Amino acid sequence: MTTLAVDMPAVNPIYARRRRLDIVIRVLCLGAALFGVSWLALILFTLFWNGLAGLSLQVFTEMTPPPGSNSGGLLNAIVGSLLMTIIGVGIGAPLGMFAGTYMAEYGRYDRLTSVVRFINDILLSAPSIIIGLFVYGAVVVPMGGFSALAGSLALAVIVIPVVVRTTEDMLLLVPNPLREAASALGLPRSLVIRRVAYRAARAGIVTGMLLATARVAGETAPLLFTALSNQFWSLDLTSTMANLPVTINNFVQSPYDYWKQLAWAGALIITLAVLALNIGARILGAERTSK
Amino acid sequence: MNNLNVSVDLPHASAPPLSMPDAPPKITVRDLNFYYGQSKALKSINLTLGTNRVTAFIGPSGCGKSTLLRIFNRMYDLYPGQRADGQVLLDKTNILDPKLDLNLLRARIGMVFQKPTPFPMTIYENIAFGVRLYEKLSKSEMDERVEKALRGGALWDEVKDKLNASGLSLSGGQQQRLCIARTVAVRPEVILFDEPCSALDPISTAKIEELISELKEDYTIAIVTHNMQQAARVSDQTAFMYLGELVEFDQTSKIFTSPSDRRTQDYITGRFG
Repeated sequence: MTTLAVDMPAVNPIYARRRRLDIVIRVLCLGAALFGVSWLALILFTLFWNGLAGLSLQVFTEMTPPPGSNSGGLLNAIVGSLLMTIIGVGIGAPLGMFAGTYMAEYGRYDRLTSVVRFINDILLSAPSIIIGLFVYGAVVVPMGGFSALAGSLALAVIVIPVVVRTTEDMLLLVPNPLREAASALGLPRSLVIRRVAYRAARAGIVTGMLLATARVAGETAPLLFTALSNQFWSLDLTSTMANLPVTINNFVQSPYDYWKQLAWAGALIITLAVLALNIGARILGAERTSK
Repeated sequence: MNNLNVSVDLPHASAPPLSMPDAPPKITVRDLNFYYGQSKALKSINLTLGTNRVTAFIGPSGCGKSTLLRIFNRMYDLYPGQRADGQVLLDKTNILDPKLDLNLLRARIGMVFQKPTPFPMTIYENIAFGVRLYEKLSKSEMDERVEKALRGGALWDEVKDKLNASGLSLSGGQQQRLCIARTVAVRPEVILFDEPCSALDPISTAKIEELISELKEDYTIAIVTHNMQQAARVSDQTAFMYLGELVEFDQTSKIFTSPSDRRTQDYITGRFG
């Protein structure tokens, strides 16, 4: 196309000017994109460089080391993170899905829905440290101490608005004629939603849950005020629990090189997990559009 | 409404014949008004759909023909701010009764929509799904029912080898016939067609028109269409609607050869609409 255009004489000066402007804008856009992406590439490169150096089997098999020790891993932190993320998503995702379903299906025309949506949007963009403080006040103080349960709840509070939003959006994308067709067969509302609307929006809703999981997997601030951290192996939900983000936070600030190395390894593990979740979400999304 | 009207000889009385001469009534509409919020979309409609007859509704866009069709299965109930008053009788039941069980009503009055709306499931499930709501059938009985429905929708030969394929994998015309089969499978008494061919090519359209002619052996049919030839081909009675009013309602042959209202004549000869 471009070679053809070059061969053509610039008949019209207005057209020629427009073409020059087009090239300038295109170069500017490309430059901006490269500028943005190169920082990201640099971050990823540094992360892989340092993270891979610290990554060893030991990281996955041993507990976090005591101060000064030159051996140890992140096993308790990895398991703690997994556990709290699973519980957090397990609590937050169903709640969010039910709320989103109400907003898109039963209460689509209610005033309550617009109020809920407005509040949900605020919650969606609330800094996670605020959510951590909220759960500290609401759970940690009454319970008399930091606990993994409080950490899971803080993560759940972050998951809820994300899932509410994606569930509602995805259900709103389901064409109304499909609901009408299901109703026209005599299906009660609940079956129209469960058997037809959910099925049509399934990929999108699951994608939303995966993205919410990715979001909370790396959250540090809410865990700092709730689950704190724990140097030892613990699966007790009522006491403090080790987790990757807070461990990374603590180890990075430590004076020990080995701890810093472990922090890099932990950061790489989280990043890879989030990347995997995002790719999973992408694949599901692609399935949806190709159908 | 007021006394003056009684003595005035209106050429087109506000109440067209309630019952068509050659078939017992299946659906009877009396003084039906319909509102979208404040605006009145249907004005005092009176007509009767004969049992095992095809009734076509024609008229320019926005005349209220789809609105009328969607009253017959209370589809408008899904949306707030829409309401109807008057009477619509299915046999002897008033459809507009707020206490009516809508799911049972919709089991008796099926509907096929403008755009094909297969459910996101297999072809087999698309049919079996609706049936399971009302009947508990064994696997073999269900297989039989699905086959019968697909034959009823003139689709069996095309899909019998891929019943487990997604309903969405079919072509537009096939999807529409799947929707007809799905509707037939739950054994309704009345089937409503809302411009069923407007998204289809001529060959698919011909197939569906043929199907409609076959279906009227067993069902009472109402069809909304923008295509006047289609109305002429498939229907026994035709109702011409304009600006929310039922202008003329008569035998299809009469409407298309010697309409009694000037507006009907203008519309079918293409002078407006």
